[in-house]
Amino acid sequence: MNSGAVSTEVTGALVGFARTLRHAGVAATPDRVQAMVTAVEALGPEAVYWAGRLTLCGQPDDLPIYDAAFAAYFGGGKPARDAWLPARPRLPRVFAPFTSGPPADAVEQEEPEQVVALSASTTEVLRHRDVAALSSGERDEVRRLIGLLAPATAPRRSRRHRPARRGEVDPRRTVRHTLTQAGEPARLRRRRRRTKPRRLVILLDVSGSMTPYADALLRFGHAAVRRRPAVCEVFTIGTRLTRVTRALRHRDPDAALRAAGSAIPDWHGGTRLADSLAAFLTRWGQRGTARGAVVVVCSDGWERGDPAALAAQLQRLSRLAYRLVWVNPHRGKPGYAPLAGGMAAALPYLDDFVAGHSIGALEELVVVISRA
Amino acid sequence: MTTITGRQPASPVELARDLAATGYLADEGLATAGYLAMRLGRPLFLEGEAGVGKTAFAQALAEVTGAHFVRLQCYEGLDVAQALYDWDFPRQILHLRAAEAAGQATGKRLDQETLEASLYDRRFLIARPLLQALEHTPCVLLVDEVDRADDEFEAFLLEVLADAAITIPELGRIAAPTPPLAVLTSNRTREVHDALKRRCLYHWVEHPDFEREVTILRARLPDVTDRLATQVATATGRMRGLDLIKPPGVAESIDWAAALSALGARSLDPEAAAATLGAVLKYREDVDRVRATGLAALLDAPLLDPRP
Repeated sequence: MNSGAVSTEVTGALVGFARTLRHAGVAATPDRVQAMVTAVEALGPEAVYWAGRLTLCGQPDDLPIYDAAFAAYFGGGKPARDAWLPARPRLPRVFAPFTSGPPADAVEQEEPEQVVALSASTTEVLRHRDVAALSSGERDEVRRLIGLLAPATAPRRSRRHRPARRGEVDPRRTVRHTLTQAGEPARLRRRRRRTKPRRLVILLDVSGSMTPYADALLRFGHAAVRRRPAVCEVFTIGTRLTRVTRALRHRDPDAALRAAGSAIPDWHGGTRLADSLAAFLTRWGQRGTARGAVVVVCSDGWERGDPAALAAQLQRLSRLAYRLVWVNPHRGKPGYAPLAGGMAAALPYLDDFVAGHSIGALEELVVVISRA
Repeated sequence: MTTITGRQPASPVELARDLAATGYLADEGLATAGYLAMRLGRPLFLEGEAGVGKTAFAQALAEVTGAHFVRLQCYEGLDVAQALYDWDFPRQILHLRAAEAAGQATGKRLDQETLEASLYDRRFLIARPLLQALEHTPCVLLVDEVDRADDEFEAFLLEVLADAAITIPELGRIAAPTPPLAVLTSNRTREVHDALKRRCLYHWVEHPDFEREVTILRARLPDVTDRLATQVATATGRMRGLDLIKPPGVAESIDWAAALSALGARSLDPEAAAATLGAVLKYREDVDRVRATGLAALLDAPLLDPRP
């Protein structure tokens, strides 16, 4: 075979390539790099492409980045950063500006008194205030309150069993016990089904029209992921689908939102709900993420495209999900009627339609999510 | 480090040739992945759309290397007793009772230690897939749809794959003389743990291109005419471009061609296609969509042009 020890220069080049790849967002960890060097040894230098791709990548999203980085690094010439970096905003804007509040500098000035003035009763008042119309101090308090929420789904029966006093007979444990009694069937052991929390999937609309609520809802998503990291998934929708679950696993909400912000390429963009939902269903939902799950869609239903297309996707989603909940912040406003094309099309497929514009409404959402 | 002691191809190209001889046509990436997995002794982690031939690849790999093939289908609630080993309790009790009866007949007291040792003998151990893979070497171990099992099982699998050995408290350590060649598949219903993925070679299996699909159909179904294979590959290729809920994979196009050939079709016409559409499309919405596009449009058009 054409293998043999790889020279130092080649190793250097490979490590450099791995570093380039890491900068582009692929988790090329040192042990993966080591695996690549062994793979190049086994395959010979002409197969660097496959040696690297098989060892350094870990998910389908990595593959286009890998191809671009490979072309840039080994294709001659300096890697043109912009050409292969994944589309991400220049300066991640994490906190959605609360546009209806007073101008920023005025807010800065009145902040100290506001924080001091907060008491139990103001908290109570704050519970029902629309989060889009808060001053800076109130906003901090609301963020703190959202951090205290613990959205969790109700349990469902799983396939696993646990020992129990009553229930069906557990043959394995009964026989094992019989063996310890020299074969005398002394007592029947019993078992019951274990329970497991249902999966919770949150789809957040981060388009321009949802800007005033995006921060609060993303924090709600963070609270949900922190509560049950293994069974909660958060995606953002807008013009495209982004999975932010991993970013939201940070303990610190601000760090988590910063990480999520840099992962979302379509902040404050347009809305193509039907397309984003279709992408979610094809890439995640239908494969199992949405099956038997509680799915929460947070959007105002302003759909640029055809409402019929949105209805078709929601019908698909409602067939997969255990419950489909729609959160529309405008629902909390007096006199609101779901007339926007997308919203009207969505209504027939929803199990719950809630507001989510204030702390009180988010608390209500927690209750809706926990319904069995 | 080599995993498989049997025949081992000397290069990815040779592996692809051997695979082709068994009827599996691997592209360059998959052949390289399989070769590296054998050469480096690393598990192979395959992802891709349903029906692109992930499972068949593991079977073909076993055939090529002349190794045993062991399959572990994962599902929620899978535990050690179903994946690794279990004691055959009824037989143990039977054995115990028989020994007791024999003791009474001869009037001899039972020697407790001998009895205990005979109770936890290898013959009372039921080997489940993972233990089978360690005992029957060389072996290709397919862990199918690993994403369906729970997280805890993943951690356990990692341990078994890393050591190629397990310890049974009553019997001791059972180690594989040559570690099994592990192929893991996932449908991405949830993210598999990084720790597991890191130890594997990762490959995303694509739908085959037009020529390869025709060759696969011809290889798998010798009865199908050339014309029919070409038409089926053309039509399924077009269907993949239609934005369907479940785009047909190779498995579906093989089914479709087999169904058509079973009905005696020598070429694909709209009537035959309409009658057998259920073999290739599995959602009513998809069937509606394809009918709306027009079956004739899918089939008509120059034969050797793979995409519209």
